[in-house]
Amino acid sequence: MLKIENLHASVDGTDILKGLSLSVKPGEVHAIMGPNGSGKSTLGHVLAGRPGYTVTAGSVSFLGQDLLALETEERARLGLFLAFQYPVEIPGVSNMEFLKAAVDAGREQRGEKPIDAVTFMKSARETCKVVDLDPAFLKRGVNEGFSGGEKKRNELLQMLLLQPRLGILDETDSGLDIDALQVVARGVNSMRSPERAFVLVTHYQRLLDFIEPDHVHVLAGGRIVRSGDKSLALELEARGYAWLEDAVA
Amino acid sequence: MPDFMQVSLDRAAASAPPWLQDYLRAGRQRWEASSLPTRKTEQWKYTGLQSLQPSYAPARHGAMVLADAGIELPRFGGFRLVFVNGRYAPEYSDQTLPQGVALVRFAAADADQAARIRSYLGDAVGREQPLFTALNDAALEEGVFLEIEAGVRLEQPVHIVWVSGNQAEAFSINQRLLVLCGAAGTASVIEHFVGARSEQQSFTNGVTELLVEAGATLNHYRLHQEEAAAVHIGRVQARLAAQATLNSFHLALGSVLKRVDLVVDHCGQGAHSEVNGIYLPHGNDHVDYHTCIEHRVPNCTSSETFRGIIGDEATAVFNGRIHIHRDAQKTNAQLSNRNLLTSTRAEINTKPELEIYADDVQCSHGATVAQLDEMSLHYLRSRGVSSSQAQVMLSFGFINEVIDTVRCESLREYLQGMLARRFARDPALAASLS
Repeated sequence: MLKIENLHASVDGTDILKGLSLSVKPGEVHAIMGPNGSGKSTLGHVLAGRPGYTVTAGSVSFLGQDLLALETEERARLGLFLAFQYPVEIPGVSNMEFLKAAVDAGREQRGEKPIDAVTFMKSARETCKVVDLDPAFLKRGVNEGFSGGEKKRNELLQMLLLQPRLGILDETDSGLDIDALQVVARGVNSMRSPERAFVLVTHYQRLLDFIEPDHVHVLAGGRIVRSGDKSLALELEARGYAWLEDAVA
Repeated sequence: MPDFMQVSLDRAAASAPPWLQDYLRAGRQRWEASSLPTRKTEQWKYTGLQSLQPSYAPARHGAMVLADAGIELPRFGGFRLVFVNGRYAPEYSDQTLPQGVALVRFAAADADQAARIRSYLGDAVGREQPLFTALNDAALEEGVFLEIEAGVRLEQPVHIVWVSGNQAEAFSINQRLLVLCGAAGTASVIEHFVGARSEQQSFTNGVTELLVEAGATLNHYRLHQEEAAAVHIGRVQARLAAQATLNSFHLALGSVLKRVDLVVDHCGQGAHSEVNGIYLPHGNDHVDYHTCIEHRVPNCTSSETFRGIIGDEATAVFNGRIHIHRDAQKTNAQLSNRNLLTSTRAEINTKPELEIYADDVQCSHGATVAQLDEMSLHYLRSRGVSSSQAQVMLSFGFINEVIDTVRCESLREYLQGMLARRFARDPALAASLS
């Protein structure tokens, strides 16, 4: 589904990713862990096509297409979803309008008509319950004045409504209490299917107690320095990252 | 002074009621003694008058079928009064006004009413006598006096529609509204300028005086939706007594020339004003808001927020003056003007102008010109929204924040729907959200 080969990327002229390779198959859940500054978030941004993030070498294919040749919105319509670590506040644009525009974009891609407003409102309200977000937030500006936790739930809400093929969660667990963490985990677990894959970018093992990964990778110095199964996450929890960074150096 | 208004002024003088004649004469003297501003006139530095035609005929008066002219008037609840080419159109107006509210047309005023009008008319404008207000005085045949009696709390808005019609030649319309909101009264007045045909050449001079007496609250809305070839040079002049409040919202869709001067004069202690507005010129439009917030006495507050989106080759001017007089201690005055240019050829000239002579005041101002926020665009696009749609959504969001300050719910919904259509979005959703 996703094949990253020897990816090099820089931000403002600084090389962050230095030869990252990763292969994700449908149905799999991958966890990418690593110390601060290792390039975890950069990976998500590069895949989503954020301006200012320049790919200097390597390739990424997603569902058989050259991902890097696509515009940000084309990637999303193809089924790539990045849950932002720091979702953007957009005052004046209602959350509901934003969500509907996003859902309609996906429908347009599939040759379907825009969803009618009433049906959509109903489904959005129901999904709010799933992510434990007050439906009143639908009328507010996008993420406007939302707490950190509410922003994360809003990301999850978007993912549930858009039903992407690949969900990349960029430190969605950071700053969440245990209840909110379980809400996120429930949402992701409910979406797991043989057709869909997830990449969980996280600093801590905690999230993986609730979402069981098939593969765990450690990112350090812009490359994956070790891969294993979920036991690797436990080992990292016990030993920290230093031993791996030392091994790389 | 060029005589491009000659015929209109002669007609006005011939048809104005006798008790107004000296007023017209004084206005005409001032007008004729002046010359038109040029680019060297500070107040007109960025707004030229080349769109004015060599001559304007007087507006024709007579029945007009609005539906035939493609004009659909919204209902905001409350009471609607329609004027076509400056003349009262009873067929489109509600006849019964609520208790405690009086509406007197200058042309129909009896002796007592005339005396009352004369005692207030020109009060708010004061001795400054700006040029185009002198012209308005000189052409004054049909004005409107709206009085809300002291203590009357009017829940529903009074919606005054100024329609400019069609005629073969370029024509001028003179409009005058005088509002007196009596002590401790509350009212909402919506002034709504609409036109019939986009290519119709016309020149409207609309002057509005708002007198807000002690402890009263007036919500004033002024919507300029005239069509592309319509020139409007207008003025809103408000005078606030002690503890009075003015909440004001302005909208200007573009046209070849729109110039509105807005003056809010805090004359009594504890007065408060909130003035917000949006302007959306595109094509070759030109919009100019000159605002001036006068603080003459202590303990008053004012806040002002104007936002503009300027597209294509349109130009806009925003000049926001705050004048805090020597005695106006403990004034709190805020001013913000933000602009979005959606084309490289669009232009905005924005200038905050502070004159502060008191030393114990809080005053803040800011003016920005920007493109759409890159990260917001990216966020929307990362959900599949196309780049062009994301731009539309963000542009709308930018002004929607200001529309949210409109207190009158039916008006707010109308504006959101109208602007949503203008921004080519999904009106069904906009409606379901409101």
